Amino acid sequence: MCRFDPIASIIHNHGGTLPTLWKITLEILRQRQNQPPHVELFELEVDPDENVLDCIERVWAFHDRSLTFRHACHHSTCGACGMRVNGVEKLTCITPVREVTHPNGVLRVEPLRNFPVLSDLVVDVSGFFQRMEQTQLSSIAPLSQAKLPFEPNPPTIWQGQRLIDCIECGLCVSACPAANTSTSYFGPAVLAAAQHVYRQTNNPTVMQLVNCADGLWRCHSAYECSAVCPSNVDPAWRIMDMRRATVAHSLRNIFKRPNQKVAP
Amino acid sequence: MNSRPSILIIGAGFTGCALAHDLSLRGVNVTVLERGEIASGTSGRTHGLLHSGARYCVTDPEAAIECITESRILSQIAAQCIEYNGGLFVALNDQDLAYSAAFEQGAQATGIPIERLSPQQALQREPNLNPNLLAAYTVPDGTFDPLRLALAFAATARQNGAVFLTHHEVQALHADGQGRITKLTAWNRHTGQQQTFTADLIISATGAWAGQIAAMVGASTVVKPTPGIMVAYNQRLVHHAINRLCPPDDGDILIPQRRMVVIGTTSFEVENPDYIPITAEQTEQMQRAAEALVPAIANTQRRGVYMSARPLIVSGSSGRSLSRTFKCYDHEALDGLPGLITITGGKATTCRIMAEKTADLACQKLGLSAPCRTKDVPLRSYRLYYS
Repeated sequence: MCRFDPIASIIHNHGGTLPTLWKITLEILRQRQNQPPHVELFELEVDPDENVLDCIERVWAFHDRSLTFRHACHHSTCGACGMRVNGVEKLTCITPVREVTHPNGVLRVEPLRNFPVLSDLVVDVSGFFQRMEQTQLSSIAPLSQAKLPFEPNPPTIWQGQRLIDCIECGLCVSACPAANTSTSYFGPAVLAAAQHVYRQTNNPTVMQLVNCADGLWRCHSAYECSAVCPSNVDPAWRIMDMRRATVAHSLRNIFKRPNQKVAP
Repeated sequence: MNSRPSILIIGAGFTGCALAHDLSLRGVNVTVLERGEIASGTSGRTHGLLHSGARYCVTDPEAAIECITESRILSQIAAQCIEYNGGLFVALNDQDLAYSAAFEQGAQATGIPIERLSPQQALQREPNLNPNLLAAYTVPDGTFDPLRLALAFAATARQNGAVFLTHHEVQALHADGQGRITKLTAWNRHTGQQQTFTADLIISATGAWAGQIAAMVGASTVVKPTPGIMVAYNQRLVHHAINRLCPPDDGDILIPQRRMVVIGTTSFEVENPDYIPITAEQTEQMQRAAEALVPAIANTQRRGVYMSARPLIVSGSSGRSLSRTFKCYDHEALDGLPGLITITGGKATTCRIMAEKTADLACQKLGLSAPCRTKDVPLRSYRLYYS
């Protein structure tokens, strides 16, 4: 069914050594806007060290120009290319074919769960980004605040800043069983963002934002979010930490003397 | 008579998004058509170096001056997605060291502030640098998140009324009765439907693909897609952008980004930039170049390998000697095709000034006198693109 796939000749034309190629079947869950989904198969020859996103881009470039998918940086800094690969959430730009299938194997690629599908592998991330924005999480932080608190400080006397770990890829939302049961649940990334902001600022507003049934208390500790996070955010740990902070804050409020100001 | 003039922009990379922002601020009715997502072509895959211009201060002073001016502006208006930690140029051998004089001269001539460091001082700032370095200079480089930079421009443009239609691939440009290009047909890849759009002007901001759009109406081909490879490693071994002190060459820049470092890049020409394969040879070449700057790379896992097609301006020469500066083509003057403008070339760092010059030309054609305001308008949060 597939047209001539020029991977071998292209590599050759670019002066590259031809790697050992694998034949695989790419099963892509496809969907036009507002129509039911169906599976389409593409037989491909791939370099097992290629990433899954490269295979998908090649299907678009040489086999089917109608295929839609999200991608930008191709090296795990933007978070656009999250998909489900053989049933597991992956950042497809850093997922080598070799890690998720075998020669003559199948690669099933589906859009992320718990987001509306716009078409094929493209999900609508609007609601997710709006909630992230409500936390006011800055994407830049001093080096000492960008890491997880139990990690050592960078071994340098020089203090700079960096882009934080969360790349807003939505893998955690897709993997979360609680998000699968409730569309109003904030989801792991937003709660982790709130924790990050709270630990940076002690601002009680962000605590109020997530101290609700659709926030911190909907999580039932499946830890799937931390299992699939490609970027060291550890949302599950952050949610538990934020619960601790919220309970401590509430207890202090209960026991505070009248007219006494309570530190956040 | 309809109130506001309208412009269709093809392409939502850095240039298209910055142009939509600029024109919206000037009161133009803007619609952006993008065949993929925001920044899913060259822009998203850019190396991520916010150039101080020092890389080009000897070989391409015009591009260097653009870079130092624009990197300062971007660090003000787009601080939300920039690690502005500065950079180092390091000399690893006598040949590199011999480049010092030209480098100091070039930096001075282009107004880029540099400071010479002894090897000890450089190693104090960056302990993972090659301990055999001979000299180093500080430069005001930074690194940025490519997608978020494009989204920040697009978010601000949207606030001012611009409409972004992603997954809309332009298939044909049409002339009206007077030979003016005012209409295009786009394929909505979400629905499979075709739709036509009309406007007072059409601007192609398609970078490495500008030749393909121009060819639709027989306009001059102006750009040479010149891809390069980049390799990302799984540890943040440096906090400055590390440049090799030498003329622009393969694998001469190693940047930090989040928990990674990324080395780049190579340079070769292709006809069609839709898909560019990654060869083991180029990956190994980058690995060696990265290890020369920071030996600890040898023990660091690779995280990603990717290609991006630069849009370099055709000027008779090739590859590394092509200018890194940009060009705005008025196809009315060039090809007798009124209504169509192409903006291409340039670098991510210079996207704002590219947009300004293009918007100047567009406004002149539309008889608008609104001045450019993008230097002074901080960009909205990138997340609000999705609001």
